[in-house]
Formats: sequence, structure tokens, C-alpha cells
Amino acid sequence: MKSAVIVFPGSNCDRDLAVALEKVTGFRPIMVWHGEADFDKVDLIALPGGFSYGDYLRAGAMAARSPVMKEVVKRANRGVPVLGICNGFQVLTETGLLPGALMRNANLKFVCKDVWLKVERTDTIFTNRYARGQVIRIPVAHHDGNYFADADTIRRIEDNGQVAVRYCDADGSFSPASNPNGSIGNIAGIFNEAGNVLGMMPHPERLIEPALGGADGRGFFESVMQELVA
Amino acid sequence: MTDTLSITPELVAEHGLTNEEYELILSVMGREPTITELGIFSVMWSEHCSYKSSKVWLKRLPTKAPWVIQGPGENAGVIDIGDGDAVIFKMESHNHPSYIEPYQGAATGVGGILRDVFTMGGRPIANLNALRFGSPDHPKTRHLVSGVVAGIGGYGNCVGVPTVAGECTFHPAYNGNILVNAMTVGLARKDRIFYSAAAGVGNPVVYVGSKTGRDGIHGATMASAEFTEDSEEKRPTVQVGDPFTEKLLIEACLELMAEDAIVAIQDMGAAGLTSSSVEMASKGGVGFELDLDRVPQREENMTPYEMMLSESQERMLMVLKPGSEAQAEAIFRKWDLDFAVIGRITDTGRLTLKHEGEIVGDIPVAPLVDKAPEYDRPWEPTPPAPALHPGDVPAPRSLGDALRTLMGCPDLASKRWIWEQYDHMVMADTVQRPGGDAAVVRVHGTTKGLALTTDCTPRYCKADPVEGGKQAVAEAWRNITATGAKPLAITDCMNFGNPERPIIMGQFAGAIQGMAEACTALEFPVISGNVSLYNETNGEAILPTPAIGGVGLLKDIDCMVTIALKTAGDWLYMVGESAGHLGQSLYLREVCGREDGPPPPVDLAIERRNGDFVRSAIENRQVVACHDLSDGGLLVAAAEMALAGDLGFDLDADWGSLPDHAALFGEDQGRYLVEVSEGEAFEAAARAAGVPVKRIGFVGGDTLNRGGERLISLAELREIHESWLPNYMENA
Amino acid sequence: MKAHVHVTLKTGVLDPQGKAIQHALAALGFDGVEDVRQGKFIELKLAETDAEKARASLDEMCRKLLANTVIENYTIDLVEE
Repeated sequence: MKSAVIVFPGSNCDRDLAVALEKVTGFRPIMVWHGEADFDKVDLIALPGGFSYGDYLRAGAMAARSPVMKEVVKRANRGVPVLGICNGFQVLTETGLLPGALMRNANLKFVCKDVWLKVERTDTIFTNRYARGQVIRIPVAHHDGNYFADADTIRRIEDNGQVAVRYCDADGSFSPASNPNGSIGNIAGIFNEAGNVLGMMPHPERLIEPALGGADGRGFFESVMQELVA
Repeated sequence: MTDTLSITPELVAEHGLTNEEYELILSVMGREPTITELGIFSVMWSEHCSYKSSKVWLKRLPTKAPWVIQGPGENAGVIDIGDGDAVIFKMESHNHPSYIEPYQGAATGVGGILRDVFTMGGRPIANLNALRFGSPDHPKTRHLVSGVVAGIGGYGNCVGVPTVAGECTFHPAYNGNILVNAMTVGLARKDRIFYSAAAGVGNPVVYVGSKTGRDGIHGATMASAEFTEDSEEKRPTVQVGDPFTEKLLIEACLELMAEDAIVAIQDMGAAGLTSSSVEMASKGGVGFELDLDRVPQREENMTPYEMMLSESQERMLMVLKPGSEAQAEAIFRKWDLDFAVIGRITDTGRLTLKHEGEIVGDIPVAPLVDKAPEYDRPWEPTPPAPALHPGDVPAPRSLGDALRTLMGCPDLASKRWIWEQYDHMVMADTVQRPGGDAAVVRVHGTTKGLALTTDCTPRYCKADPVEGGKQAVAEAWRNITATGAKPLAITDCMNFGNPERPIIMGQFAGAIQGMAEACTALEFPVISGNVSLYNETNGEAILPTPAIGGVGLLKDIDCMVTIALKTAGDWLYMVGESAGHLGQSLYLREVCGREDGPPPPVDLAIERRNGDFVRSAIENRQVVACHDLSDGGLLVAAAEMALAGDLGFDLDADWGSLPDHAALFGEDQGRYLVEVSEGEAFEAAARAAGVPVKRIGFVGGDTLNRGGERLISLAELREIHESWLPNYMENA
Repeated sequence: MKAHVHVTLKTGVLDPQGKAIQHALAALGFDGVEDVRQGKFIELKLAETDAEKARASLDEMCRKLLANTVIENYTIDLVEE
């Protein structure tokens, strides 16, 4: 399985994501610099967390306009799986590949902690290794993770089943306390309509082994692996 | 200012120089200095850069051990952790700027200490910070906490270095002078360490990073003067940090360091271009000729004086091997950073500055550095506090209520509100997160771990600087030991008041003496550090605060323990002995409303013996959870272990003649609380090591009990412990 | 010529920063503040001298980068030097 991790100036989870991809899938991804307008054919494109271009102007705004993203958008529209984590999710909304926007956290503070997530869909390339409704624990670390879209868009996303994961309590119930950033509908991650693009604020690459405190994040990478290699 | 100004006594005084110091300048120069030269002397001879009041004492600290690669004197210290790996670390203060503009002050403090580490070739892998604020009731405190925490997070989170540990306490003595001490730990290959000594006549001197603006001019002299009410007027000189550029600078420098191009490198920190060029030239015994017209500038019409004294952030100075300029420039251009050859190495031994075709400064480097004033300031020892016997301290009306008070007091309350604003997991190697005795980060790609902590108990240092200095080092050593790691070395950040007052100088001298004794006894040398003096406002000094940053090595993170209780039915043992020392304890302050008595004495031989035993018991897997006993004593430590593990306990020990509250809240040193499954084997090992251990209770349930009687439920304790800081910060 | 671009959140989009400012103003005793919306102000110096062309190009800049039209509105003011 061949994957690419896109590196923007200011990305800082690019290594973590590459390490996780290699540890889980056994294949070392290629690293693609933001200025490259073209790159090798790959089975998965991953956009890492960080502060691309300092997140100046808006989180992900300038990265979304970088040369490499034109190519990423083109390939995503052809069906290549694209996974955006944290800043990667912000970049994906800024390109328009995913609907909505990620705004400043409701309490205005950066938040880094483990959160509980409910897996809403398991029939996708990114989540097939989880059970439907499974509650997993994965960290978030962001300042702008407050998912927003207008009412029509939210209705469409919900009707299409585009919500991938939602913030929840340990027992799987939803409450304001389980929502770390004020996201509408406790939305933590969404698919595009075709289901080949996933953006999520939590960092699955940070919990892939017990030494780091858990391995609930492995499933996302194992799912892609299962889908692409099987 | 222009370079044609004549130097008046007022101008000399404005530069923080005494008449004697100016006389010395005249004798070094053999003529009246230009204004640019005067500026250079003033920053180089400021307390911040010259350590003129502290140097004589700092020399007494032990700095050597077989694993020390580089001690104090470089940008940061370096230790060997085996397998060709080296760890580079240092702690530095950014106190004054953080008081004036908390967000930017703290942020640029983080930026500066990061640069000290990656300048030497280390990829930064962890940040820590030790924070001291004024009383929570003081009108400024909330604003300062909020700004400092946001600034540390804003910078560290963006550069992608996890902030993994630290401390945060409150005391009215910091009302007018907060302390923001930031520490960075970096990882390098032992044979790829970079130093600052310039060499090679004719070699190019290269400027990289951000452009130079008028920020922070005279920051170094500001950090060396006492505050007065109008200091807030100095706000325009505060520097603004750009963590995005710093991130690019880290990557570009490390990329260039992988090549064979760099002769010497130094970051531009306090006193910017001046101190970086002077230090590089001085260490290499060479001269520098700089063409200031080539310095990348952000603002128009900058004078040589401004360029030499600017403290614009995210800049570095390098000496390159001849012919490698193009290769280096390509790397910095790729990362969108400024790159300019601004001068060359000469054999004159002078710092020569050219601007618009004229020589605007020409100073002999050796005397600029070597003749810097050095003061052996008069000092007087702190008089010893009268003894305080456990029997003279009243018992609480209710043990449970005393525990509630302590666990919810500002110094002991959970600091989760702070560390959840820091990305403490980026780089995916944080194996022990904030909240324990020490954080542990894995050495990337290995099973080794680094245990990291910062410690100091300023109230002990105030009451007895010698014992307080010892205790600060001993506690750092203990916190590292409590994870199972072997303590290797420390960095220190010496925060004190006005050294021109003998009592303050006596605090400094005493703390150094105590630290030196502890470093020697525990084989825990000082490899880097920083001194911050004049932390006083209108004659009110801070508590003497020699903050210690410690680093230890775990050979295998699989052998690490945390403070969290693990299994119902396990035994709780106390390692070490209790004399019920309540002088300067938090019980005395928070429950009895008194701050008096001597601090607990530190017996370094016992400290070492007990710690070595605990470490071996962790390695042998006899100990499954461990916590050092410090602020608040035994019961507080047990409560913290219970919260971390979400398991209760019953303490059923009998203390003989010692009053219960003295045993439970005394702050005797050299002690640990451990969870043990096999009690007899553990006791046998302790006997063999000659270490006193006492079985004091067992793990289980969801309440905290004393002799079968319930003190408090875990749920209530958690609420009390977790709620103070968020309530304080958010319910203004 | 110079251009001033104001980027503001669309009506109906929650503005936590604006709310925080309003709260802080109230704490300082400014009671009469009924609403606060925070936005961005961007100043651009342009080589273009034709106002109409400048406006067209600025409009494109706003749509492509300066504003996120999912959540933000923008206004453009040309300023003669």
C-alpha cells in the first residue's frame, strides 16, 4: 500500500502520521512538499496536523491554496482516498472538498486531551475495522476545531450519513460536556458525499500503541489497509 | 540616535552603566566610544549578559560527570545517554517581559530557549515551564496567568514541540514580579553537536531567520533593572514572537546541520547581534567584521545602534565553511527564510562594524568580554528560623477537612486547566503525560525514555537558602527517581531580588551552597542555566527561587511507573522516615494560616540511599506505583495517587508518639510512597538495602480512609482538586 | 492605491471571540454594549491605478483567500493615497 503525507511549512504532525502509517500498514509513506504540483501515484493521501503557514489568516487557509492541493483535489475527485487530520481537516474544508468550516473553539482556548468518540459509520474505507456505535478514545489538540455549517448543509450531511465520528461520553451518550470545542451536532469528523475523503479533528496517529496510552487510533489505518490491500 | 552623539554622563547612566564601568570602557577603548559602541558595552556588561554579580558564586556549582559532554558556557548543556545519543537542555527566565506583556513575553521565552537547544544541533523534543504568580487575590494575577499560559501554548503548540511538565504556584511575594522559566530538551547524535566558537579567518558570517526590526531594543538591560511603577511604559520594547518562522528555522537549521557546512552557530537572543557576534568571536579568539548594510531589515532607516541592539526574534548567526554559502542559502530559501552574508572572520581580534561606508564601531573583543565587571557583592546569611516542634502545631478539627483545604488550595490544586492548553502529545513519544512526578518522553525510535521535571520550593529557600537550595535539587532528583529513571543532570534558573542588597546576595550564596552540596552528593551536576536578578518592585523582593530542571534516563520505558494506584488489595508503603516536620509546610500555611519555622532538613546521604533503593525496586518490578513525598506530605501524596488511579485506600498505620497530623502532613524529605503487591519480598529488599520502609495501608474502594474511617470520597476529592483553577480563571 | 478589506462573520454564525469581548467590556463597566462581532482588517497596497480593475481583483482575492465565504462576509474600500 503506497501512501503520501503532504508536508506544508508549519505542519508538525507529519512525522507522527508517517510513523503511524508505517507502523500499522508496514509501508513507509512518501513525504510530499507543498510546492510540488505533481507526485507519485498513491493509494492514500494523508494531510497531517500542525499549523500550516502558521495558521495565519485562518487555519488551513493558505495551505488549501498551495500548488500540491490542486493535485490533491483533482485526485480526490477521481476517488483517491484522502485523510485529513486536525489541520488537515481544516485544509480540506478550506479547499471545499469537505463542507462547513472549523472555527475557534467555543471556550477560545487550545485544548489537548483524550476525548471519547462514537463511530457512526463502519461501511467506509476509513472505519470498516470498527463496530457501529463503538466508543473509542483518541486525543484532540487544536484551537480551531469548532465545526460549523449552515442548517441546510448540516441537514444534508446528516441525511447522507456523512458524519464519521462524534464527540461523546465514555458510555456513548452525547452531552455538552463531551463536546470539547462547541461543534454542531458534536461532529468530530465527516466524509465527503462519495465517502473517499475523511476529515477529523482528533488525532488517531497519537494512540496506536499501549506505551502511548492506548491503541484505539489504529483502526483508521487498519481499515484503509484492509480496503486497499485486500 | 546617531553615531555623532557625544557621550554625556546622562547617556552613560541611561545605559545602566556606573561611572566606574564607564571609566573601564574608556581605558579599554583608549578614546570616547561611539554611541553604538556604548550600546554594545552596556548590553554586554549588563547583569543579564555578564553575570557580573553571580559569576563568582556560579563557579562553585559542580558541572562534571562522566556523562556530561558540555557543561555551562555554551547555548545549552549536553549529556550522553548512550548508543550515540545526546540530550541537550537548558532552562531560561523570561520574567520581566512576561510581566509587562504576558502573552508575548512568555511566547518569546519559549522561542528563545528552543533556539538555544536547536542551535546546538538538537531537535527539540520537550518543553517544560516553571511559573510563579502573585496571590490569586491580586488584581493582576488572573490576567497574567491567562496571558502566560496562552503565550506558552501559542508558541509551543505551533512549533510542534510537546509541553510535557512544569509547575505553577502562587505567593504574594510575586505580585509585582512573576516568574516565567522555560526549559527545552533536545535530542541529537553525540557526534553532531554544534558549538559557538568561530574559526577560520576569511570565513563568511551569515545571518539567517527573520528580518531585524526595532523590537526589544534594550531588553537585556531591562531584564537587569529593578521594576518601578512606570515600567509599564516600557511596553513598546517587548518583542513579538513568530512561532511559524521558528518552526521553519528549526527545520532549516537541522537540514543544514546534516550537511558539512557549519563552523559555528549561535542564536541571537538577548542583546541580539551584539552578544551573538561577540560570543562567537570571543570563544574562537578571532575578530568579526560586519557590514551592517547587509543585515536584513524590516523597518526603514535603522541605525547601527538599533541593528546591534535589536532583539527581534527567530534569528541566528552562523560561520560557514568557505564555499558552502550557496548550499546553505538554498536550504534557507526553500524554507522562506532570510539569508545574508553580513561579514567575515578576521584575525584582528576586534569587532568592526561598517555602515554606509564608514566604520561605526571598532571594539577589541577580548577585553569587551574579559574585562566585564565582576562583583563579589557583600552578602549576609539569612538568620535561622526558630525550631517548630510538631507538638506546637495544632491538629486540625477534622482530618478530612484539612485534606479538602490542601487539595483545593492554589498550590496543590490540579493544573489541568493549564496543561490541557498545551499540546503535550505532539511528536507521539509522550509516554508519561503531565500530572505525575515527572513527564517521560520516549527517545524516538528506541525504548529509552527521558524523565523530565522542574522543581523548587521557594518558601523553604526564603526560610533557609542553604536547605532550600539542597531541597530543590533533591526534589528534582526524587521526582525523576519516582518514575524509575536514573537522574543525570540539571539546569538551573536562579531567580532572585536585587543583588545589591546583602540579604538578597546572601540568599543567592546560600542557595548555591545548598545546590552544590546536593549536586555533588547525588551526582547530579549543573550543565546549563541562567540567572535572573532584580526581581523586585519598590523594594519588595520575590521569594528566592532557584528553579531546577532535571533530566533522567530510563533504559526501558517498559520499566516505568506512574503515580496512579493500580490494584485493589495492594499494599502502600512509605519509604524513608517521618519526623513530622511541619515548619514551612503547606499544612501550616493553608490550614493554620502561618508561614514560619525552618524548612525540613535534607540529609543527602539518606536521600541518595532511599532513592537508589526505590529505583532498584521499580526496576525489579516490586513497585507498581510511586510518588515522591513533598508539598503537603504523605496524605496529599496518597490522595494524588488515588485520583490518578481512580482507586481509594485505607491508611491504617500507627505512628507511635508522633501526632497523626504531623505524620500525615509533615514534609520530611527523602521519602516516597509506593504501591507494592508482594509486601514481604519488598520488605526483605529494603532490609537488605538498609532502607527503612513502613507498611502504612492498602489500596481499594472509592473512598480515602484513615484507620477504617472515611475521610472523603474519590468523587468529592476530584471535584475539589479539579475545580479550583478553572473556577478561579473563568468565574471572574 | 490602497485598499481596506474588512472580513466579518456572517450573521447567524456564532462569534465566541465577540462574545468574550462583550463580556469583558461588561466586566469593565461598559454596560450599554448590546453586541460585539469581531472581524479582520486587511490593508493592501496595490500597483493597480484603475479603481474598477482593482475592485475586481480584490473581489477575487477575497473569494479565493482573504475570506472564507462559508462563514465570512467581506467589504472592500479603495483608499486614494
